[in-house]
Amino acid sequence: MYSQTRVYFPYVSPFDPCPPIRVKTFQVNPQLFIGFQPENLPQFSPMEALRHGVLWPALYSPYAGRGDQEGLEG
Amino acid sequence: MWIYEKKLQYPVRVSKCDPQMAKFLMEQYGGADGELAAALRYLNQRYTIPDKVIGLLTDIGTEEFAHLEMIATMVYKLTKDATVEQLEAAGLGAHYAAHDKALFYENAAGVPWTAAYIQAKGDPIADLYEDIAAEEKARATYQWLIDMTDDVDLQDSLRFLREREIVHSLRFREAVEILKEEQDRKKFF
Repeated sequence: MYSQTRVYFPYVSPFDPCPPIRVKTFQVNPQLFIGFQPENLPQFSPMEALRHGVLWPALYSPYAGRGDQEGLEG
Repeated sequence: MWIYEKKLQYPVRVSKCDPQMAKFLMEQYGGADGELAAALRYLNQRYTIPDKVIGLLTDIGTEEFAHLEMIATMVYKLTKDATVEQLEAAGLGAHYAAHDKALFYENAAGVPWTAAYIQAKGDPIADLYEDIAAEEKARATYQWLIDMTDDVDLQDSLRFLREREIVHSLRFREAVEILKEEQDRKKFF
């Protein structure tokens, strides 16, 4: 699956008061790319679908927390 | 008319005693992009939108109430056993002064809900674009809420709600496509 996270590198001034966060992230999720959902997409099993909140893997968006505050820049 | 099922749309389990999280969750209860605003926005807009997408607004608006119930359950579980001192420490002293432990439609900062949060412009495209924006803002709010707790059970319910925002966003985008196509569609018989 393609990444649903985008990364950018904000300007860091030598005069910033706090230690810089050099990598920032934001989300670009499947609904932005599908347009009009095609028919007959593959489906999760019913139990999986109930857990995920969506019937189709193509629309599933896991979110594990934002990377830019959890060591992504490491 | 509605039919009520006496169960939550998705299980809500809260495993960590964290009354402050209740305060943050209030953003999705009585905030500008919260579930109450969403439900009332869609269920009101549907009267003056083309027939083909009325049902969509009814269905999504109804589901938002199911989400509202889930948020209410989370807030209730996180506050029902808190002492007054714990509520004050969690930033809920002002809430307690006005409401005891009752839930109330206000955002995380204690600002009461207002109809000014929602719009019904009567223009189908303007209304649907607002609905798409509302879903994306709610999705972002859920992300920040997930970031603010380490309770994996609470995160699980919040992730479900976040996924539903994504699905709703796509459905509203499809509604826009349906309205765009109507005019110059070539019908072959």
